[in-house]
Amino acid sequence: MAARADRQRLHRLEWSALSGVLVREVVNFSSFWKSSTFSSTVEPTIYLLAFGFGFGSLVSTVGGLDYVDFVGTGTVATAVLFSSAFPAMFGTFVKYQFQRTYDAILAAPVDTEELVTAEALWIATRAGVYGCVPMIVAMFFGLDPSWGMLAVPFIAWIGGFGWAGFGISIAGFAKSFENFNYVVSAVLTPLFLLAGSFFPLDNFPEWLQALAQLNPLFHLVHLIRDAVFGWDGWSDLAHLGVLVVYGVAVWRLAIYAMTRKLID
Amino acid sequence: MTRELAIRLRGAVKRYGPITAVNGLDLDVPIGTCVGLLGPNGAGKSTTMRLLTAQAIADEGELEVLGFRLPEESKQARAQCGVAPQLDNLDVTLTVEQNLLVFSHLYRIPRGERKDAIERALVMSKLVPRRDSRVDKLSGGMRRRLLIARALIHRPRLVLLDEPTVGLDPQVRQELWALIDALRSEGTTILMSTHYIEEAQRLADTVLIMSHGSAVAAGPPSELVIEHAGQEVLEVYGPPKRLAEVEAEAGAAGLRTRRTGTSISILGVDGGNGFEIDGERRPANLEDVFVLLTGEEIG
Repeated sequence: MAARADRQRLHRLEWSALSGVLVREVVNFSSFWKSSTFSSTVEPTIYLLAFGFGFGSLVSTVGGLDYVDFVGTGTVATAVLFSSAFPAMFGTFVKYQFQRTYDAILAAPVDTEELVTAEALWIATRAGVYGCVPMIVAMFFGLDPSWGMLAVPFIAWIGGFGWAGFGISIAGFAKSFENFNYVVSAVLTPLFLLAGSFFPLDNFPEWLQALAQLNPLFHLVHLIRDAVFGWDGWSDLAHLGVLVVYGVAVWRLAIYAMTRKLID
Repeated sequence: MTRELAIRLRGAVKRYGPITAVNGLDLDVPIGTCVGLLGPNGAGKSTTMRLLTAQAIADEGELEVLGFRLPEESKQARAQCGVAPQLDNLDVTLTVEQNLLVFSHLYRIPRGERKDAIERALVMSKLVPRRDSRVDKLSGGMRRRLLIARALIHRPRLVLLDEPTVGLDPQVRQELWALIDALRSEGTTILMSTHYIEEAQRLADTVLIMSHGSAVAAGPPSELVIEHAGQEVLEVYGPPKRLAEVEAEAGAAGLRTRRTGTSISILGVDGGNGFEIDGERRPANLEDVFVLLTGEEIG
């Protein structure tokens, strides 16, 4: 005969488990928000200055947009990528490998699925906020405000959730820190350049343009630009669809990878 | 006896590739008792602990914690368990209080009770004056106290302590023993793994001796000692040649012996039963039992 307290069934994704993990992140963030806010503000400013003055002196308009406007909105997607994929990869690895934080959390009533989901939600939220910074900076350089800009944090959030799932998956499959070098060089850098953030892809060979359609960052860049400069009906719905499908797919992949990693 | 069980394992098996870390383990932890898992490094103690929180999934066997079947109902069980792992996994960049705050949320303490729970944990771990210190500024003993207090913040019914005093100096170890003993006297059920004989002997109501992933003996420490090693042990020191002679003599007299590095221990010499060799008499202990049963040194 065994002792049994309450028979209350716990669900798979419980808010109290998610919020516990989120509280941990928020408390941690309170100790380093200054440095991450600094870098996520200064970085896009440098990109804007460099590309804006560099290319801006050669080309005044791109695809019917002022070059500063083009780059200012393109950098939003870059900021989302940098503030989600990288923290997800490195942060996740540090938390299970060096700090063993995840061991502590999984000994509490939190399952791997909840842990991964909460981490991705948190990273997405940060990306949603930090993603807007380049747009705000660009407004000081002459980007005109528009109502569609109000949608940008939400689009950045969806994009950030996908890149968080990507980063956590990579961390889950990685055997060592060095493995990240391959991912950064062979995956993230090409995706970063083949997205249309800094220059349009119109003059690329057709096969490369077709390949870009598979790049979630490409869709993020275009959805953000359309939000700021004017929606484009079905094509924006398609961009959004790609981002949502990508986000859900890598979220599940991240749960699979981390379960393999954390549960013997 | 039909005492309620906090933990019930039957034939638990956990394999890692060719290695069988837990090999058909049976384990009963009755409510309100402190059970010690005693064994050398690699005996499967930590794996057993991980099985109990479903951080490792058993390949075979029945596992129940607080009446919940594992791994299916593990989350319910974990809600009422507190775990202090062997390897410190505190958030080192956070303060003592922040660490406790995070776990008050993870363990789902209702909003109105969190503050009190954190205060209680601070008092228990004697860290009230250090509440605002970052964890990486604490001493090893303080960190271990915090690790245990963190596991107790939600007043768990069952506490799992994996090597609670490993790597600490003797004085700090005694502080922690006092903490664990206080917990035990409050009626909290404890499963503690250790490879320190003295720790098991002092704190555990029942000891389960583990070797190569399974239990070789179980019972109250004093009964195990009497049953397997007798009352007294004769410890004979000398050069290797002398020790070999003593070993042969004792063997001829039908006594069991074990080598302990610089000496040889002759067991079951209670009441000076005709075996007269100069040496130091000492009470038999769990280590003698362990070595007799497994042929391995523990420390």
